[in-house]
Amino acid sequence: MYLRTTIKTLNDAFFMALEAIRDNLLRSILTLLGIVIGVFAIIAVMTAIRTLESSINTGLNVFGSDVIFIQKSPVIQMGDHNSRRKYWRRPNITYDMALELRDRMLGAEFVSAQDGTGGKTIRFKKETTNPNVGVQGVDEFGLEALNHKLDYGRNFIPEDIEYGRRVVILGTDVIQKLFPFQDPIDQTISINGIGFDVIGTLQRKGEMFGQSQDNFVIVPITAYLQYYGNRWTSLGISIKAPDGESFDLTKEEVIDQMRIVRGLGPLDENDFEVTSNDALIDTFGSFTAGIKMFAGAVSVIALVVAGIGIMNIMLVSVSERIKEIGIRKAIGATRNNILFQFLLEAVFLSLIGGVIGVMLGIGVGNMVTLVMKNVAPVIPIDWVFIGLGVCSFIGIVFGIYPAYKAAGLDPIESLRHE
Amino acid sequence: MSLIQVKDLYKIYQMGNTEVRALDGVSVSIDQNEYVSIMGPSGSGKSTLMNLLGCLDTPTSGEFFMDGINVATMGDDELAHIRNKKIGFVFQTFNLLPKSTSLRNVELPLIYNGEIKAHERRDMAIKALTRVNLGDRVSHKPNELSGGQRQRVAVARALVNNPAIILADEPTGNLDSKTGEEIMSLFDELHKQGNTIILVTHEEHIAAHASRVVRLLDGKIAVDEATEKGKK
Ligand SMILES: Nc1ncnc2c1ncn2[C@@H]1O[C@H](COP(=O)(O)OP(=O)(O)OP(=O)(O)O)[C@@H](O)[C@H]1O
Ligand SMILES: [Mg+2]
Repeated sequence: MYLRTTIKTLNDAFFMALEAIRDNLLRSILTLLGIVIGVFAIIAVMTAIRTLESSINTGLNVFGSDVIFIQKSPVIQMGDHNSRRKYWRRPNITYDMALELRDRMLGAEFVSAQDGTGGKTIRFKKETTNPNVGVQGVDEFGLEALNHKLDYGRNFIPEDIEYGRRVVILGTDVIQKLFPFQDPIDQTISINGIGFDVIGTLQRKGEMFGQSQDNFVIVPITAYLQYYGNRWTSLGISIKAPDGESFDLTKEEVIDQMRIVRGLGPLDENDFEVTSNDALIDTFGSFTAGIKMFAGAVSVIALVVAGIGIMNIMLVSVSERIKEIGIRKAIGATRNNILFQFLLEAVFLSLIGGVIGVMLGIGVGNMVTLVMKNVAPVIPIDWVFIGLGVCSFIGIVFGIYPAYKAAGLDPIESLRHE
Repeated sequence: MSLIQVKDLYKIYQMGNTEVRALDGVSVSIDQNEYVSIMGPSGSGKSTLMNLLGCLDTPTSGEFFMDGINVATMGDDELAHIRNKKIGFVFQTFNLLPKSTSLRNVELPLIYNGEIKAHERRDMAIKALTRVNLGDRVSHKPNELSGGQRQRVAVARALVNNPAIILADEPTGNLDSKTGEEIMSLFDELHKQGNTIILVTHEEHIAAHASRVVRLLDGKIAVDEATEKGKK
């Protein structure tokens, strides 16, 4: 019985709240703005990050599994000008260093040197690609190290590397462009004017961040250095651990041996960077964590400001409606009736803002999927509920004082109020 | 037993060092289906008495029984319930919710009643509006109605919950004499149908509609007598 009247009270208060919002439409909309912004910020960012994450977790296998990767500077560089110069000043990693590391490493399945460059033009007879094709120089382990899969033909053999033979393995974009109707194997193509014999083709990798990962060719690292290297060329070295369990051990060994190869003293800092798939995902994770924190902070600030806005609007609303409150009390409204009415008004105000913010946030957050193909739109259900929950909470917290004030008004004085 | 029984009712406002005795020992009893008008000069305590009878206010001291229940010692929520179920109030300034329709205004007491279903509320409100001859104005807002019509909406609101008493504080004060008479014939009608009516007025011809007149002076009852109509 008590429950039923409470539900009825809530129900009636709900409609009275809607009436009040409608009656003060413009002011209500202005108040909603802050809530909309706060909820929008967090939902948009969470949606965008979710879509990125879902594409990353499938797409960020840049290296083969159990592969440790060494290069001069970090993959993702953050920090100021000074720290970038620090990396820049490190000595390049040469092919000889890679070979020496290979000799020294006992516990690795392979040690593989590689480098890549972009902006090359590939030609076959009359057909020419755009000048945007990547060239990677690798050794016989390169395919495994870089997670490439051979489709037809053969991999490089040690002699190809040793003698710097001009042989090439093609990515699918290049094949599509130059050999639409023809088997490319054993044909001769030119890379920026230098002839290479095609020995193999690669399987398609697809896209990451909306970029094709198949617009490249692979040549022996020795040939690569001869034709496309320059004094800025610094190689990357991939080291594969025998298995997942010995990954950490192998990593330690790599660092120790690389320090010797680089001629570092015991107190010197490493002058090279060590990374792996996991590390890349971690880096991305800490990057998105930063964005999430920022969005969270923006949301909290916007919502607190919006909450104060709601309190202000509700106080104004109460003082403008003193007469109305008097009338309602005169015809039998109890303190709780008035309290609920104003409290629910604040909550609904803030919830309406929340719903608009959620819809905008999901819409804008999913715009990521327009830029990047193959990324599915996401609705972060958990954050939708968190967002709306926070809105209700804000409505209650910042609505309670004005509602309490309204409920405590004296009926006669309120009626006399003009 | 009387519907309303008031004994030694005081309402004293402390204004700094001076005290204002708005009601200075009022005793009166009013029976079921009586038609009483309260008169007196400005500031004599008429509205104060009406507010107390209407349970909008609590006395400084004194006894006030309504239907045998002691109202003087009730708390806020209990008073709100009495106002909602036993009392219909009509004000000089109508006091309608300006943005709500007639129907909505008349429905409001039933909403606070808390036990009446929405469609019943609607039916009862329409019935009340029909009783005051405003059956064709249910979806008008107050600013779309004439003063007399507004007061009739207020009367409909006062009687929609079948109150024991209808209290009207200068209900014709803001109306011209013709519309005032219309409202008064409405009260006469309600009285004939068995309602108890107490109204405050400054005008003798309005007071003459009642069967009894109580005249206040400086917060005290100076005269309490039957009108010409009451003597018949
Ligand atoms: N809240 C208050 N604080 C102080 N004094 C008050 C208050 N309310 C009423 N009074 C005083 O009580 C006295 C009676 O007021 P009341 O409103 O009852 O007069 P009234 O008979 O209705 O007059 P009118 O005919 O002008 O409406 C007046 O002197 C008034 O100043
Ligand atoms: Mg008065």
